[in-house]
Amino acid sequence: MLKVRVIPTLLWKDVGLVKGIGFDSWRRVGPILPAIKVYNTRQVDELIIVDILATNEKRRPDFDSVRDFSADCFVPLTVGGGITSLSDVRELLRAGADKVCINTAAYNNINLVTEISNAFGAQCVVASIDAKKNYSGDYECYSNSGKVPRGISAAEWAERVEKAGAGEILLTSIERDGSHRGFDLELIKSVTSRVKIPVIAAGGADTPKDFIKPVLEAGASAVSAASIFHYTQYTPLDVKIEMSKHGIPVRLVDR
Amino acid sequence: MAVLIIDYGMSNLSSIKRALEECGADVFISDNPKDIKKAERVVLPGVGAFADGMMNLNNRGWTGAIKEEVLTNKIPLLGVCLGMQLLADKGYEGGETEGLGLIPGEVSILNKKNESERIPHIGWNEIKKVRHDKLLDGISDNSDFYFVHSYSLNPKDNYCILAETPHCGSFVSIVKKDKVYGVQFHPEKSSSNGFLLLKNFLRV
Repeated sequence: MLKVRVIPTLLWKDVGLVKGIGFDSWRRVGPILPAIKVYNTRQVDELIIVDILATNEKRRPDFDSVRDFSADCFVPLTVGGGITSLSDVRELLRAGADKVCINTAAYNNINLVTEISNAFGAQCVVASIDAKKNYSGDYECYSNSGKVPRGISAAEWAERVEKAGAGEILLTSIERDGSHRGFDLELIKSVTSRVKIPVIAAGGADTPKDFIKPVLEAGASAVSAASIFHYTQYTPLDVKIEMSKHGIPVRLVDR
Repeated sequence: MAVLIIDYGMSNLSSIKRALEECGADVFISDNPKDIKKAERVVLPGVGAFADGMMNLNNRGWTGAIKEEVLTNKIPLLGVCLGMQLLADKGYEGGETEGLGLIPGEVSILNKKNESERIPHIGWNEIKKVRHDKLLDGISDNSDFYFVHSYSLNPKDNYCILAETPHCGSFVSIVKKDKVYGVQFHPEKSSSNGFLLLKNFLRV
């Protein structure tokens, strides 16, 4: 049976690992390379690494750093931040990424999703969607690390990126990000019920128990988190042990 | 052990190279079919669509070189993901296309058996051994490997099936015919189980 994945997300700024609250108040957590090595040793299901500055600084992804990150990483690696062209993607894959994660660039040019999907396969394109509830109660998409509202709902945008060729969706609740208030089930449900591709739910995890509902009640295929792994003693394995107690199929690596 | 990774423009080659090196192989990546003569093992990696994959193999002169080396000289070959699918007679992704024809069978899209199943099939899933082979030495039944794909190879001959995986009913995840092997998952991204399998491939 296909296992539900637990995916640590590493946000990266300059050479450091950072974590914010609500896509703001960034705090330095430590150097990034040792963190990647620890997760590799722990045989995590997957890793997502996002350069949170690249897009807003209007620069290309930092290929050299990605090469360093992937050198000793034998778990699947998704890389995001600053991707605007097919050649960026080609170079990232060459640098050792297995999948790329597109957010801002997709709003500016949805054809990019299709181009990547055609060239490297749908499984290679993860569409990242950051959403926040607006005054009328809809989940609205934001680009540029949560700064620019896009005037479209998360569910509608999810459907469009799926149609454009995305193989997966990384769905993050901006309000729950770093909040330790648990996942936003309503947001997750609104998207999983609209698309057929897998949805990775992110934003808000505080304890291993929080990972149960997004899967059992909201249809997430994978769950992702950062703060819980940076700031608490919980490891991805602790989370998976809790999930398995609730009958969720997970990959328990004995180490 | 000299291992050739075929570069036909369809893959992230660095992780499979690093993984094989970690297993003790001397790995070289080449886009020149003549180099296949120097190889003791051949790895055909790949992500993307079947039609594009075959077009690239054909255009770069790999198709004949691979067939000769594998069929005549019996050099062991491992196809990974799209590389496994290309071993078939025929594929339908990106239009009906003739494959390498090393494993009799066709490649078709996975079919959902219930609403909760999603395609692409992405993530960790187990292999159910159908037949034991050296490639699976030390790898227990139900071991998890990392998959990312929407299509799978259906071999004509059951004897070619080494393992199956339960998703969309069940699909074939490992094939073998003579010295030709194919795995639908990514051993280079499957942690310790993946390394075991690659080490076994160096010994077959």
